[in-house]
Amino acid sequence: MTTTRLRVDRERCIGAGMCALTAPEVFDQDPDDGRVLLLHTEPPATHRTAARMAAGVCPSRAISLQEPETSGS
Amino acid sequence: MSESVHTVTALPTARQPGCPFDPPAELIDARRHGPISRYTHPGGKPGWLITGYDLVRSVLADSRFSSRRDLMNVADFELPPAPPGEFLLMDEPQHGRYRKPLVGKFTVRRMRLLTERIEQITTDCLDAMEKTGPPADLVTAFAKPIPTIVICELLGVPYQDRGSFQEQIDTFMGGETSDEELMAAYTATQEYLAELVSAKRANPTDDVLSELTDSDLTDEELKGISLILLAAGFDTTANMLALGTFALLRNPGQLAALRADPALTDGAVEELLRYLSVAKTFMRTALEDVELGGQTIKAGTTVVLSYHTANRDPERFADPDVLDLRRQYDGHLAFSHGIHQCLGQQLARVEMRVAFRALVDRFPTLRLAVPAEEVVLRPETADIYGVKSLPVTWDREAS
Repeated sequence: MTTTRLRVDRERCIGAGMCALTAPEVFDQDPDDGRVLLLHTEPPATHRTAARMAAGVCPSRAISLQEPETSGS
Repeated sequence: MSESVHTVTALPTARQPGCPFDPPAELIDARRHGPISRYTHPGGKPGWLITGYDLVRSVLADSRFSSRRDLMNVADFELPPAPPGEFLLMDEPQHGRYRKPLVGKFTVRRMRLLTERIEQITTDCLDAMEKTGPPADLVTAFAKPIPTIVICELLGVPYQDRGSFQEQIDTFMGGETSDEELMAAYTATQEYLAELVSAKRANPTDDVLSELTDSDLTDEELKGISLILLAAGFDTTANMLALGTFALLRNPGQLAALRADPALTDGAVEELLRYLSVAKTFMRTALEDVELGGQTIKAGTTVVLSYHTANRDPERFADPDVLDLRRQYDGHLAFSHGIHQCLGQQLARVEMRVAFRALVDRFPTLRLAVPAEEVVLRPETADIYGVKSLPVTWDREAS
């Protein structure tokens, strides 16, 4: 794997909107149920920091992040 | 296991004189000893007090800790279960049953659509304040009416009913009323909301409460939901706006920076949320024995979580006691954490961004009209901290 990959768990999501607030280029909320919508599974480099922060502040741990494996490990 | 765990015998009832924005000294002292202290609830039941950021956050994210009122082990009598709809004091699946239909109505996007209307409401308040002042009480002229009008419009409380409604909420949120007064205000509010719910069911209008009547929620449940949305919608944002203004006026360098740079507004709101943490403490009860910070929280024991000291934890925030509007936001606990994290937080953010911005732009010479020590604060017994009134003045524009 060479890039950051995101996964969201809509069952865990409580719709607090922290992801859509923190990384609006990567996450949105479903207009009906308010739960997370993932716009980019592999966010472009410019949005990765925000995506990581969104995963960190998610109150229900509904966002998981797979970082690329570092070479030589 | 640590033998020398700190003990706090009672929650403080006051803050240090001259430190209206800082947590009470006893709580700061407790956190200095470690993130978890032994604590005795007022009814004599043993408990724990958690003051460190990491531990508070981990309890909030842990489903082994319950929010149920009837499980709270704090008094020498049993507390009743939360009334239908008051989901703040419930666990899954009841909590989700109430929260889920609301979530789509409080999204980031939907709240941002309210920006223009909130700007208009704010402008109207500031116009009135400018016309009748200086001086003015910022609480009655600005901090209370803005969130009150917004949440009433959103839910669909008719304009003419707002005054009495606000009074009742003030009575039971103020922390200084007798039990009888509290009960009377609570009952009156309940009765009013029951009427409102049936009115919306009979004649739906364009608002959240009317939308909710189109669900499987009963009138009793809708009443409970409305109560917590209204109480949370009034009191928290109102106190943030007034206490936040007080904090800005006491940090003139920060206020000047905010005034000079509109791009600082969003970050300023997050920093004021962290720094002030007006929703100071919440409680959770262990459903099973839980190891926490080197201690065992026995099943059935209620822990007190201090959001304010957690948000001032030096292990989490650099210079935590400094109000720094340029601080990089990366998670505070002002809106809690876990499944109960504030449903209305995106509304609160839009309200505060609009209102603080408009206030600092409108009154470049805004200042306290009394010495800072004379600003009257809410007692620590109030659920939400704040100022009771904030006398301010400004120079009238030469015309």
